[in-house]
Amino acid sequence: MSAAEATSAIDIDRSVGDFSYPESHEFDAGVGLTDKTIDYISGVKKEAEWIREFRHRALKIFRDKPMPTHWASDDLKEIDFDKIRYYLAHGQQPTRSWDDVPDDMKETFERLGIPEQERKFLAGVEAQFDSEAAYSNVKESLQKEGVIFVNSTEGLREHPEIFRKWFGKVIPTSDNKFSALNSAVFSGGSFIYVPPGVKVSHPLQAYFRINAENFGQFERTLIICDEGSEVMYMEGCTAPKFETTTLHSAVVELVAMKDAKIQYITVQNWSANVFNLVTKRGVAHENAEIRWIDCNIGSRLTMKYPGVVMKGRKARGEVISIALANDGQHQDTGAKMIHAADETTSNVVSKSISVGKGRSTYRGQVHIPKHLKGCKNNTECDALLINTKSKTDTYPAITVRGNQHATQHEASVSQVSEDQIFYMKQRGLSEAEAMSLSVNGFVNDLVREFPMEYSVELKRLIDLEMEGSVG
Amino acid sequence: MIADTETKPSSVLTTAPDFGATGLPQWYQDLQRSAWEASSALPLPKRTDEPWRFADLKRAAALEAFQTAASLDEATVKGLIVRSSKLEKTSGKFVFANESLAYADRPEADGLICLPLAEAVEKHAQLLQEHFMTQDATLGSEKFAQLHKSRAKSGLFIYVPAGVEITLPIEAYHWVSGENSSVFPHTLIVTGENSKVTVVDYYGSASESEAGLSCAVVDLVAGRGSKLRYVACQSLSTTSSNIHISSTLASADADVKSLQVQIGSAWSRTESVSHLSGKGANSDMLSVSVPSSKQQVDQRTLQHHGEAHTTSDLLYKNALYDQSRSVFAGLIKVDVGAHYTDAYQTCRNLLLSDEAEANSMPGLEINADQVKCSHGSTSGPITDEDVFYFNARGIPTETAKQLITYGFAAEVFGKLKHEAIEAMVGQLVEEKFRQLS
Repeated sequence: MSAAEATSAIDIDRSVGDFSYPESHEFDAGVGLTDKTIDYISGVKKEAEWIREFRHRALKIFRDKPMPTHWASDDLKEIDFDKIRYYLAHGQQPTRSWDDVPDDMKETFERLGIPEQERKFLAGVEAQFDSEAAYSNVKESLQKEGVIFVNSTEGLREHPEIFRKWFGKVIPTSDNKFSALNSAVFSGGSFIYVPPGVKVSHPLQAYFRINAENFGQFERTLIICDEGSEVMYMEGCTAPKFETTTLHSAVVELVAMKDAKIQYITVQNWSANVFNLVTKRGVAHENAEIRWIDCNIGSRLTMKYPGVVMKGRKARGEVISIALANDGQHQDTGAKMIHAADETTSNVVSKSISVGKGRSTYRGQVHIPKHLKGCKNNTECDALLINTKSKTDTYPAITVRGNQHATQHEASVSQVSEDQIFYMKQRGLSEAEAMSLSVNGFVNDLVREFPMEYSVELKRLIDLEMEGSVG
Repeated sequence: MIADTETKPSSVLTTAPDFGATGLPQWYQDLQRSAWEASSALPLPKRTDEPWRFADLKRAAALEAFQTAASLDEATVKGLIVRSSKLEKTSGKFVFANESLAYADRPEADGLICLPLAEAVEKHAQLLQEHFMTQDATLGSEKFAQLHKSRAKSGLFIYVPAGVEITLPIEAYHWVSGENSSVFPHTLIVTGENSKVTVVDYYGSASESEAGLSCAVVDLVAGRGSKLRYVACQSLSTTSSNIHISSTLASADADVKSLQVQIGSAWSRTESVSHLSGKGANSDMLSVSVPSSKQQVDQRTLQHHGEAHTTSDLLYKNALYDQSRSVFAGLIKVDVGAHYTDAYQTCRNLLLSDEAEANSMPGLEINADQVKCSHGSTSGPITDEDVFYFNARGIPTETAKQLITYGFAAEVFGKLKHEAIEAMVGQLVEEKFRQLS
């Protein structure tokens, strides 16, 4: 790899992520999951007793809950929970300055395409190597405004008065088997608090990364936006290729108080051996807005259905998602919109592309219960099939009670039109280029919702995935 | 015969039928016996069963209350025959009261076989063995399909030979009489190459005050290039339960249009499957339901495209009054290699009260490219603008709402393109409106 490539800001692609370093973990909880693992993790993190208890309770729930294979993919049975490492860290305090960051990690950043000068533009970088934040840089201006941007351990230790109230409340431990697993072994992730009226001008970012074989990452994120505040949070993932399966199971909780706005942007590009089983949900209070902007390109199996519970009057929820499934991949994504107050509105736009033998699935839920007035939902799912062996499914579920609401759901499946390809070939483009252009056109209106650097990156990723799919 | 049925009533769900008592041929008795074994081995639906999501499982479990239907006295039967007059012109009409043939106007045409099931198993064993319940129920009611198989003795077997066109519809009435009585009407229609037939099944209760069960299975086997029209009108008493399992097998160039009309019963579960197995096959699946009070309609559908160049179009509409509830779960499944499939699925719910509930799960499973598939689902009320349009023309709000609702429903049965049936279904819907106002 040339130096020029390494410093290119947009150069986050799979081949760049395809490397690893010798493992040297000072703290390693070993393989498998027992009560001792929990005590070990809790001990290393010097956690309060209530968190330790919380973890133990969660482990019990995890053990009791069956795999959701009565509706989900049988591929889940391939996960061997006894072969997974549930915690390891370098045992360092999150480092404050760039100089303190170990050299091999700096190099990872380089390869990920985050040059040092980029830091100026990033409001704060919470970069997660394995399970502990190895580098965190909270910009001074954020601190001045009273914004708290820390990892989960620090958040619960230093600011329990803020975070404990909502921790595990948006997504209860018993929500599903994997939220219980995360609650038992979580480490890393971001805890953010934005005080009333503060509008964070720059997006906050976090880069996650898996770096050890057979090691699952269980980050925990909680974002609380107080009255009238705004924040945009971005997470992007790349992972080196490994021989055996890896598990990633995060829990992300968002709380938007009255009039607050949260945008949560994800670009997921795990390598094709990762199980990505994520629970994401937000609570929107009166007149608040939560938007999930989600892009899934990597992983072996992704199951992710970001949700919004619209608890206050006039709250809004939105999920915009792009999924790209290539050979051996199953992108099982969707959205959950729970209307729990009058005049709440939600919007779901999902576009998926299936390439080669890839399979993409949309699974959604819209719930408008009794005695509410003026709720609206719009759902659109479009699927594009590229090859003859490509697959796509759509399984929405919509419940509406009462005659004062309006919902609509539409889905379509299509392929790139031959006329379009012919037109472009006439003008000198190769078939592959034409196909790529067509696919980018299909997702273009959604890609524009991402911040600029992400949309450029996305376009590159799509091009890369499309390579060799035609001709 | 009447004296024989005076024994202690027992549940049709848990008590084995008396196979020998039917007097049907041995091969059929054996078939029914093994179906009974299969049915009793299967469990009742559970909460975690995906095909029963949002379903009212209590209603399924409550089926245990139903018993074998008793023979009826002459006066009751006569009354039911008089009430069996929905269509003015038919090419044939059959009336079954508590599973006994009460009236038969047998259609005549070259080579046409149109017989009550009990006669058909005697006279056309080979055809029956080839086509009788050869397609398994797959949308959740496996237990009830087997239960039906173990008890079916009424209903029609229709075989239309190649090239024969039956212009006027064939009508069959299935009446259930007596508190907690149950009937298991069967309909099997086999059409030969380029033949044409229209069949209407009508399910009704003798008395509005009695709760009955109709557990029907309908198999439509459409031969190459044939045109098959099928209508099921369900107008059981509002305390009754209804299970209607239908499957369509459409060969190359066959064109099948089927319509479900749901007016009565407290709980109605319909499962409709269309298999498109030959190039050029088409299946239109239509349904219109007008539930009120606490009525529930639970509809599960599958459009299964197994071959390239096949088309299907589904339109299900529910107009929901009072505290009624609907569940629609539909799936378009396109097999590997079934390219150039055109499949559409639309479910529309009109919510006419603040307490009505609509659940829809429109699904797609696409395993081939070069397909055109879409589904749409909407749930909403009559808008103020619509009503205003009528008000502005001097039509009062209540009448306007009724007209809009009628128009909403009429779009569905208009698609059958059969004037007489359209008028008959329209009348059923209007009768329901009259009960409501």
